[in-house]
Amino acid sequence: MNIATRRSPILATLAYGFVALWLVVAAFPFLWTMWGSFKVEADFFSLNNWMNALWGVHTRADTGSPFTGSGYYGAWVTKEFWRAAINTGIVVFFTVIISLTFGTLGGFALARSQHRYSFWLLMIALVFRAMPHITLVSGYLLPFFQWNLWGHLSTAIIVLVAINQPFTLWMLHSFFLNIPKDLDESAMVDGCTRFQAFRHVIIPVMWPGVITTGLFSFLLAYNDFAVTATLLSQSNQTMVPKIASFLGSTYEEGKIMFAVSAVVSATAPLFVLIMFFQRQIVSGLTAGAVKG
Amino acid sequence: MPHRTFFWFILPSLLAMFLFIAMPIVSVVIQSIFVEPEQVVVTTQTCDPFGCTDQTQVDAEATAKVRAQYPLGRFNGLGTYLDRNHLAAADVAEAWASSDSPGAFWAKLMNLSFYRALAFTLTYTFVVTPFVLVLGLAVALGVNMLPGVLKGPTIFVSLLPMIVTPLIGSLILFWMIDSRGIIGASLQTLLNDPGLSLKASPTLTWITLIIYGIWHNLPFAFIVFYAGLQTVPSETLEAAIVDGANRWERVRYVVVPYIAPLVVFVLLIQFMDNFRVFEPIVGFSAQANASSLSYYIYNDLSGTNRQFNSAAATSILTIIGVGILLAPVLIRTWRDFNRKRA
Repeated sequence: MNIATRRSPILATLAYGFVALWLVVAAFPFLWTMWGSFKVEADFFSLNNWMNALWGVHTRADTGSPFTGSGYYGAWVTKEFWRAAINTGIVVFFTVIISLTFGTLGGFALARSQHRYSFWLLMIALVFRAMPHITLVSGYLLPFFQWNLWGHLSTAIIVLVAINQPFTLWMLHSFFLNIPKDLDESAMVDGCTRFQAFRHVIIPVMWPGVITTGLFSFLLAYNDFAVTATLLSQSNQTMVPKIASFLGSTYEEGKIMFAVSAVVSATAPLFVLIMFFQRQIVSGLTAGAVKG
Repeated sequence: MPHRTFFWFILPSLLAMFLFIAMPIVSVVIQSIFVEPEQVVVTTQTCDPFGCTDQTQVDAEATAKVRAQYPLGRFNGLGTYLDRNHLAAADVAEAWASSDSPGAFWAKLMNLSFYRALAFTLTYTFVVTPFVLVLGLAVALGVNMLPGVLKGPTIFVSLLPMIVTPLIGSLILFWMIDSRGIIGASLQTLLNDPGLSLKASPTLTWITLIIYGIWHNLPFAFIVFYAGLQTVPSETLEAAIVDGANRWERVRYVVVPYIAPLVVFVLLIQFMDNFRVFEPIVGFSAQANASSLSYYIYNDLSGTNRQFNSAAATSILTIIGVGILLAPVLIRTWRDFNRKRA
């Protein structure tokens, strides 16, 4: 062990303690809510003692077992959360595919162009990236109402693609900068057009960057509330606005457990995503930073 | 790359951004300088043996006709910007003239909804961001000391608050701080105050939202800094130790300068993201005590009585805010770019 990594036991204990504290703060809310989603409202929102949520006193009294799926049944079947889940699936799938198609072409062009305007495009994209989404929504609503575009899934998809473009362009641009220029230029010397070079030489080697960027497009579309809540009609709602609409009815007995179960259901895919793609997410977060 | 090829490659992406980012901004500008046409009012006189009474009624048919004819409404110039729900020029001037201390002026300012939203947005941005930077670095230094096998799971858990949908994350915390939830109930017991509710007072609501903001954003700073720490060369650290630097001095004089560019990057992203704080206010149902600029716009846009011009004016003011926030970065990048070209 070299001296730079040698440490005093007190300091190490402090550091471990701090990290452990952070881990509890980060993970406990999710574990608690997941556990609580299998209880009845009188346990998860207990008037007497929050410990009821641990033992499930009322859940046992009401249903005979310490766990119940009634919240899930209410959300998925009674309140038709499955419809929202399908809508989310459609929106996310097409947003990611279209974002990546546009983004790889544009990002590649920006990475290979030396002209001043490509710098300006990147700067404009940065400004667009900073735009709060809801300000754009307030620009869409009136024209969309007039042209009868409001409420459709396809409208939400194309809007999410556009909102996502600045980020996608930046990320793929910095990724393509790392692919040596000689690769596609030598293909062009051999007689390929620029597009053929892109098609046959760049596409086979670009997947790590595209997958990483795709993950972030996925998260943007999946997590969005501002666009989907305002641009989709009731019947086309995706999961996140649907959950928000459950809240209006929360203070009817038991309904709040629908929202809790829906929240846990919507979080589950994200858990799986992090589990499989942790490395890509980390490298994506740092890609912009480390390269400046 | 020749201009022509460049153009064809970038076209789809450019078109999407032009149609759905640039045009909406134009649309917002236009909407903000018009107001809905006034309702057509008809006065009818009904007479009975005891005299005549005037009745005013809204002529729904004529109103609809006018609205159909001028969908944008009538031109209003900067009227919407200066009205009571936005910059409230008249009220501010009045408050300035009539209050004798800055405190009194501030109190009057906070009665105006737009300024309240602005105050919350700025407070949130400028409190959350430094906390995120410092705590993120602290977690990164801590995780860096962990044995290798623990690092992966630690990063997995750390990513959760950031990756999970903001609305969902805030709902989860909101349910826990409910007076019937685990944190809310424990706080009541701990402070021996059975009436304590984190949702009741504006101050507590602001603190709750800020704590949520730190919880949600900390992982981003942590991951970026953690990656940066892997690039700090161990020779430099060893040299510092040989020179007698203690741990704090090593962090202060070796690690921090090394990751300074990352700090700028995190700062930039955090400013952008925190300035548009929106979902937590919905999730925490905090609109009564705290409203942000984004929420203020959303509020105008939702419900049955949509006020497009009001939302548009707030949007423009928000965009100007973003511009001011980003200006230093843009100017710096512009200088760097010119230096590189020169």
